[in-house]
Amino acid sequence: MQITVKLFANFRNNRFKNEPRTIAPDTTVRAIVAELALVEDELGVILINGRHGSLDQRLSEGDTLSLFPLVGGG
Amino acid sequence: MADKIYRVNMSDLSSSIEDVPESWAGLGGRGLTSTIVAAEVPPTCHPLGKHNKLVFAPGLLTGTMAANSGRLSVGAKSPLSGTIKESNAGGTAAQFFARLGVKALIIEGKPVKDVLYSLHVKKDGVVITEAPELKGKGNFDTVNAILAKHEGKTAVISIGQAGEMKMAVSNISVKDPEGNIRSAGRGGLGAVMGSKNVKCIAIDAAESSAVEIHDPDAFKAAAKVFAKALVDHPVSGQGLPTYGTAVLVNIINEAGSLPTKNFTSGQFEGAEKISGETMLELMEARGGKNRHGCHPGCVIRCSQVYNDANKKYKTSGFEYESIWAMGADCCVDNLDQIAEADMLMDDIGVDTIETAVTFGVAMEGGLLPFGDGAGILKMLKDDIGMGTPLGRLLGSGAGVVGKAYGLTRVPVVKNQAIPAYDPRTVKGIGITYATSTMGADHTAGYAVTANILNVGGTVDPLKKEGQVDLSRNLQIATAAVDSAGLCIFVAFAALDIPEAFSAIVDMLNARFGISLTADDVSALGKTILKTEHDFNLAAGFTNKDDRLPEFFAEEPLPPHNVVWDFTGEEIDAFWDF
Repeated sequence: MQITVKLFANFRNNRFKNEPRTIAPDTTVRAIVAELALVEDELGVILINGRHGSLDQRLSEGDTLSLFPLVGGG
Repeated sequence: MADKIYRVNMSDLSSSIEDVPESWAGLGGRGLTSTIVAAEVPPTCHPLGKHNKLVFAPGLLTGTMAANSGRLSVGAKSPLSGTIKESNAGGTAAQFFARLGVKALIIEGKPVKDVLYSLHVKKDGVVITEAPELKGKGNFDTVNAILAKHEGKTAVISIGQAGEMKMAVSNISVKDPEGNIRSAGRGGLGAVMGSKNVKCIAIDAAESSAVEIHDPDAFKAAAKVFAKALVDHPVSGQGLPTYGTAVLVNIINEAGSLPTKNFTSGQFEGAEKISGETMLELMEARGGKNRHGCHPGCVIRCSQVYNDANKKYKTSGFEYESIWAMGADCCVDNLDQIAEADMLMDDIGVDTIETAVTFGVAMEGGLLPFGDGAGILKMLKDDIGMGTPLGRLLGSGAGVVGKAYGLTRVPVVKNQAIPAYDPRTVKGIGITYATSTMGADHTAGYAVTANILNVGGTVDPLKKEGQVDLSRNLQIATAAVDSAGLCIFVAFAALDIPEAFSAIVDMLNARFGISLTADDVSALGKTILKTEHDFNLAAGFTNKDDRLPEFFAEEPLPPHNVVWDFTGEEIDAFWDF
């Protein structure tokens, strides 16, 4: 199935901003994070379709997964 | 030598130096400005009349080696909101005040003569001089004129044309170490300074001395732990220094909470173009610079030098809030136009949030089309800066412009513009907007932390549960942080790293030879909030003013399509402490 992965801040370094990916059904966020060689400890926020998600969450067809390091400001 | 209160009476052009009353001794920053305003300003007075007072105070830790402790608090009754107001800024003024032993500078009264004045704060008093030559000058020219007059190091506080014209959107500027400016932005405090005919304040570093530390060794040890925590936390150690506060554009947009097109959507198509990531790329390509501090001793350094396409300096202190307001809220996706506007607003001396949200409202009213960045730049220069009738209207803020155009979608609380997080989808910050003693103010209790950023815990941003407690705890802690003179961004580390919070308490104890506990610090925060709230009640505000505009409850916000659904009773529970 097809999903879109979006990366932000330093997660983009040597990776990408936005990429469509084909994944097996029932793939977890953790599997994608591992595939992208992101360090779990550095993950700040996981959004799936704009809502907060978790590493164990399974993705569905058409999902947008956005991954951020811990960031802040204001 | 003990710190003193410096008082300037603009009615008879006199000044005095007073001992600090015992009840003010343990206060600094916001705690002190709000206490003085509450004690000396009649709550029902006209904010631009002779009874209002403008109070400047460095924080309790300002002037010491404590990292990020150089914030200056400015207090008065606000001409924009009619509430008590504290607005704080970086720059060098707070540290200069602290090292001169100025615990607070109070400017009161109103001159008889229609001429501008400049104040010169020195150890032995304040010199008041007529300064007609500064009339109509922007902040940058004013700062340069003052620096040319004074030898050696001088801190400068000033107002631009907007403050002189007593516009409700006007701010107060503070020179930073490089001669650029930082702003005490919110609440129209520039107009209060303008109403007293004070164009600028020079603060003399001569005769200044190191602030007294009761236990230097203990202070040094705590300061080290504190600085390390700031550098170790990913937000203050990596994200902010690298991308600036604009790192928030993408995450708030992805979360569907970036108010767009005058608060009609939570996502902006052009977000990537105005993001912190794009800003960093442009700075790298154009010889700009990140990691720039707004005051000496800042280890976070979220500011930057942003150059234009010709690699010439354009602006600094280019913040998320300013970028969001002119960007997403006005649908301008051109970062260079936003940078130009940022510089112009600094020069004219207007709050970037209030002013740009006002343009968003004016766009809905049909004054100019959404996305018209060039139109905004022209009106900033030719109307607001020149004080034309249209400029006076825009300079009155979002609430007044909404009325002038007969609109119902007017994003203000207590007449102050709502900043860069939609309350429908970041419900904790909505509680802060509703209940803050300042009018809509994100910094008063930054619930975006636990709602969106996973800092200091996690509270679902779309649900009501836990939001009132979250906002209350943050508002109490923030009032205390604002009193220490610390930058609010130390909160990211203080919320997540227990040693960082204890280090703040340890530094306060070592500085003054006292033995505060964490509970005492929390009690201080509560007292400040209650003092401010009592002032507002006495000024005529009621719990019915602690509400968001009706449209938030009636217009679902795409893409999550949720509304603001707190009852009045639920909001009022905020004050149960």
